[in-house]
Formats: sequence, structure tokens, C-alpha cells
Amino acid sequence: MNQKEPLVSVRDMHVTFGGGRRKFTAVRGVSFDIYPGETFGLAGESGSGKTTIGRAIIRINPISKGEVLFKGKRISGKLPRQDDRAVVRDIQMIFQDPMASLNERAKVDYIVSEGLTNINKNLSAAQRRERVRGALLDVGLLPEFSSRFPHEFSGGQRQRIGIARALIMNPSFIIADEPISALDVSIRAQVLNLMSALQKEHNLTYLLIAHDLSVMRFITDRIAIIQKGIIVELARTERLFENPLHPYTRALISAIPIPNPLIEKRKVLELYDPGVHDYTIDKPCMAEVEPGHFVYGNKRELDAYRERAAIVRVRRGGQ
Amino acid sequence: MDDQNTSRSHALGTKVHRTALRAYARSIDGERTAGAGQSLLSIRDLDVRFRLRGQTLHALRGISLDIYPNETLAIVGESGAGKSVLMKNLIGLLDKNGWVNGGSIIFDGIDLAKLKRERDWSGIRGKRIAMVMQDPMTSLNPLKTVGWQIREALRYNQNMHGKEADNRALELLRDVGISEPERRYRQYPHEFSGGMRQRVVIAIALACGPRVLICDEPTTALDVTIQAQILQLINSLKDKYALTLIYITHDLGVVANVADRIAVMYAGDVVELGSCDEVFFDPRHPYTWALLSSLPQLGTRKQDLYTIEGTPPNLFHPIRGDAFAPRNPHPLEIDFLHRPPYFSVSPTHKARTWLLDPRAPQVEPPEAIRNIRELTRMG
Repeated sequence: MNQKEPLVSVRDMHVTFGGGRRKFTAVRGVSFDIYPGETFGLAGESGSGKTTIGRAIIRINPISKGEVLFKGKRISGKLPRQDDRAVVRDIQMIFQDPMASLNERAKVDYIVSEGLTNINKNLSAAQRRERVRGALLDVGLLPEFSSRFPHEFSGGQRQRIGIARALIMNPSFIIADEPISALDVSIRAQVLNLMSALQKEHNLTYLLIAHDLSVMRFITDRIAIIQKGIIVELARTERLFENPLHPYTRALISAIPIPNPLIEKRKVLELYDPGVHDYTIDKPCMAEVEPGHFVYGNKRELDAYRERAAIVRVRRGGQ
Repeated sequence: MDDQNTSRSHALGTKVHRTALRAYARSIDGERTAGAGQSLLSIRDLDVRFRLRGQTLHALRGISLDIYPNETLAIVGESGAGKSVLMKNLIGLLDKNGWVNGGSIIFDGIDLAKLKRERDWSGIRGKRIAMVMQDPMTSLNPLKTVGWQIREALRYNQNMHGKEADNRALELLRDVGISEPERRYRQYPHEFSGGMRQRVVIAIALACGPRVLICDEPTTALDVTIQAQILQLINSLKDKYALTLIYITHDLGVVANVADRIAVMYAGDVVELGSCDEVFFDPRHPYTWALLSSLPQLGTRKQDLYTIEGTPPNLFHPIRGDAFAPRNPHPLEIDFLHRPPYFSVSPTHKARTWLLDPRAPQVEPPEAIRNIRELTRMG
């Protein structure tokens, strides 16, 4: 996977809000690559900056430092008009709350095709209808729904409309910001399966932003754990769950409810105390502790993580 | 014995002394055995309907439930199953277009289903049955300090004023795990994070000294880590305040932690009722199977997650047979014809499915949930 060219590269991204005394840095030097065809997860608590990163990639929030490369080209900052168009078409977003992200006063036909008509002004009505029909069928809705209003749909169906709206642009990269956290458990599974099916069918790359690691484990290839605007751990999904190294990651994983009352009732929560890190003298950085597994820490911590990773590897190998 | 307990709690009335409550909790704990004894709240054949745009929506189709003192009953189901309607009946907040068509809710010798006037509810809602709503942002007043809002509850429900109310409010804030309560007391809701706000809402609910606390999806809007902490808090408060808890959620994963008993609701009906262990380790209703199987914790990576096909039935139309039959992957013929009665699995466990009829064919629960007992950690 690493030999391939990354589709999206985020290099030392900083995002700040406000200015002067009220300046607030939401993202502090984040770097990662997303490869074509993979699902990259960004997990963290609310306020960690995960949504900001997603929005910065799609250029809703301006980046104050660093850059974003898409297909090898820089897309952060000012772009020539033609490139701008291409990026708008190629990167799409699925939003969290399907109740809030659809225009209540527009019909599905308009909602789904709005982006398309903006990009391609000389699209005929028949062509447009055909594209909407295709997109709706792709997400498992009936083409007849295109003349209805959003309030006529359930939460799961609305989220499908949101996905159809992204899909109609034929994007190569989709940012999904908590696409299922507003949905019922049984509907969640439907939307996740749909996203996986569409990924195979349309050769999509996903950036999945969520706080729920139990869902992440299921659908992502790699996960970055973000805390207070810094990535603290990044690894392949199986590795991350097998051997979480950073204490914050461990706390997140321990918080996932286990559907087994015998275990869950006796569970001791691992709480994360940021005070365990002493970064006054020894400054921390992101380092690779084993192939493909990056952790944020200072030299002493990283040595401990490496040791731990080696022990787990040996134990695994011995079995 | 139980009569004595009830009268004692009456004597406590509105003014709640913690020490007395603790003693009360101990006395009940001593006698309690799971599922036995006299119930605190007894719902019988509750039938609730709504009138909507000229049509009648049959929201609750004859629900019978007993809630025992000091237990945690979890009510689980999809949106539209009727969980919230059931709870709104318990605190008299049913929407104007809804009515109780039949059945009763007996609490402390009063039939709550018969109460009509707002005045009748004032001694019950908040004081004896309190509720924590889903979204902590909308249940707090953004214009008043947190302290003011807790004091309001104390003043209104317990006639507590001045220094006494201040001290009690600070004590409550401490009890729900808010650090530096003296500083937080003077702050506004927007200065609190989501988890902290939910703690404040819980403090307000507790300020009224209720015996029954209804938690309606209290952690749905929160992060997973905060959710785990709130669940722990609710568990510890339950013992401290001698509460009977009703916990509503759509996520079966959450209730493994808190529930003593679980009621699974589908289309306005309780389809399975049992102790926590029974429902997780020996579920009998196909809908419970489906709910458990769709938990992402039980899925296998890179394989499709289990989904429940179709949508819940339209409650505007009468339902024939088993309401879950159209979505059931292996329905029986009779499922489409007759509504199943409850079949007992054990004295504490029953389910409304024809699969439990002795004449029914043997259907094994799905593979994914047969090994729940072996599930020890994530990953």
C-alpha cells in the first residue's frame, strides 16, 4: 500500500480561529496520507479538531499553516479557477445530521442535482433527471422519490439522500463527518454497508470522521486518533485495536461498551490523564514505533512504546 | 413488609434526608430478590392512541410492565417503537392529540392513566417521578445560572430557601461529579461541556428527591468516553439516592452496563422481557436477535454488518399477527395471522413469539450472538 502515491496528503496542517488575544488553534501540525481506495478514520472526542481537519481539506476552513495535496497537487490556498472546479467536483462531503443538512424547502431532485448544475451549466433537463435517477438508485432509493420533500423521509433515508448528493458528482474522495451518529443502531448498519458497497462499486476513497471506535473498527483500514488538535496515534485498524499504545487511545477503546453484561458490569474504565506526559524538557514528536504504527510522545515514552509493541509482537508470534 | 416500606417513603414526603434515604435503600436491598416482591409501578394493558391528520395512530398496543423498587429497567427499541410515549405517560406529558384508550398505571395507589388535570400531576411529576431528557442543551435554561436552576427545583419541590438551598445545591453538584462546585454554581449552561451539562440536568432531577428516575437516552448526544462516565455516575447515584431507574435507549450495547432487567419494545409492544443476562445470553425473540446482531461490536471486519431489512410497521394501520413478521428473515406462517401471546422462558423471562410454542420448528439464533458470552474485549 505504501508504494502507491497518496491521493490526499496533509502536511503540517494548522487551523486557527479568531485573531489577536482570542486566537484559538484547533489543529496543531497534523500530517497524514490517504491512499487511493482506502478508508481512513479520524477519531477523537468532540473538540479534538477532527471535524475541522475534514472541513479544512474540503476548503471550508482556511488553513493557517501547512498544505494539503490532492493527487499530488496543492489544493490549499488560492487556486486557478479551473483547478478549483476540478477539486470541487472531486472531493465531496457527507454531513452528520441528515435532519439539518438537507434544504427543507427543496425537492429531492433539486437537492441531489444542485452541485451538478452548478458545475455544468449546459446540462439538459433530461440529462439531469437521468443522473439524479442513477444516484438515487445507487443509494437504494426509488427514482420516484425525486419529487418529494425531505420531511417525507426517515433519518436513514435522508442520509441516503445526502450520500446521493455527494455521489452524483462522481467524486474520487468523500469526507464523511459522523455520517451515522444521528441514526438508530439498526439503520446505522444499513448506511455503513451502503458506504462499503459504494466504495467498491465507484472506487471511492473515504475519510471517515467519528467518535465511535466500535464503528471505526468495522469499516476503516487505518485510524488516526486525534486529541486537542494533535494526532497521538496512527496505525492500521487491527494493530490499533490489538495493541493501542498511547494512553488516550487506550481510554477511548476502553470506553466502548461491550455487549456482555458479565464483562461490562465489572469493567474498570481507563481514564486519560494528560498530566502523565512530562514534556517540559524532552519535546514530543510523532515517531514510528513499528512499521506503519506511529505514536506521539517524547523519547522516553517512545522507547517504552517500542518495548511494548515488541512484547505484543512476540506474544502474538508465539501463539 | 412492602406496605411498611411504601408508607415510610410517604412519611419522608417531599423533604428528603439523605441518611434516611440510605437507611431506606438498605432496608429494601435486604428484602429484594430479582423480579420478585411488590412492584413500585405497575403498568397494565396500556393502550395509547394519537389522532394525527384525521388518522388514528396506535402508539402503544397493550403494554404490561412491572417496575420493582431499586431496580434498573432498560427499555430498548428503535425510534418509533413507543419508548418515549410510554415514559411520557408516566409523567403526564402526553401530547395534546394523544389519549389513553385503556389500561392502567398504578403508582403509590394512584392510577396515573386516569389523571387528567395538571394539578393532579404536580405532586408526582418531578417530586416522585423525575426525568432526564436526551439533549442537555435544550433541557437547561440558557439565561439562568446553573445554580439558579437547581435552586429553582429545590424551592418549587422542597420549599427550600436561602443558605439551605445553596448548600444543598452545592452538595448535589458535588454528588454528580462536578469539580469546583462553588465556581460552577455561578456559571451559565454555555460554559459547560455536553457531559457536564448532562450532569447538571441529573442534579436538577435529583433535587426533587424522586423515587423513580427516567433517563431518556441520556448519553446519545455525548462522546463515547463521556457516555461511559455518565453511565458510571448514574449507577452510583442509584445506590446513593435509593432510586428506581428506567433507562431508555436504542443501543443495546449501552444497557449491558446499567440494566438489571431489559424490556425490548417493537411497534408499541414489549416483545421480550427478561433479566439482563437472559436477554444478552439467551434472547428468544427474532427482533432481539436482530438488534443484538446489528451491534457493530459484534461485526467482523470487512464483512457486511447485519441489518434489519425493511422499516418498522406503520402504526396508522391495524397490525395483524406478529408486528415483526414482515422483517423477520425466517417468519412462520402463523406470524402473519395471529398475534403471539407471551411464552415464559423462565419465571423472569418471557417473549412474544410463536417460536416458543411447543409446536414451532427449532430456529437457532444467528451465529454472531451465540458467542456473546465469550466476548471479553474490543479488537
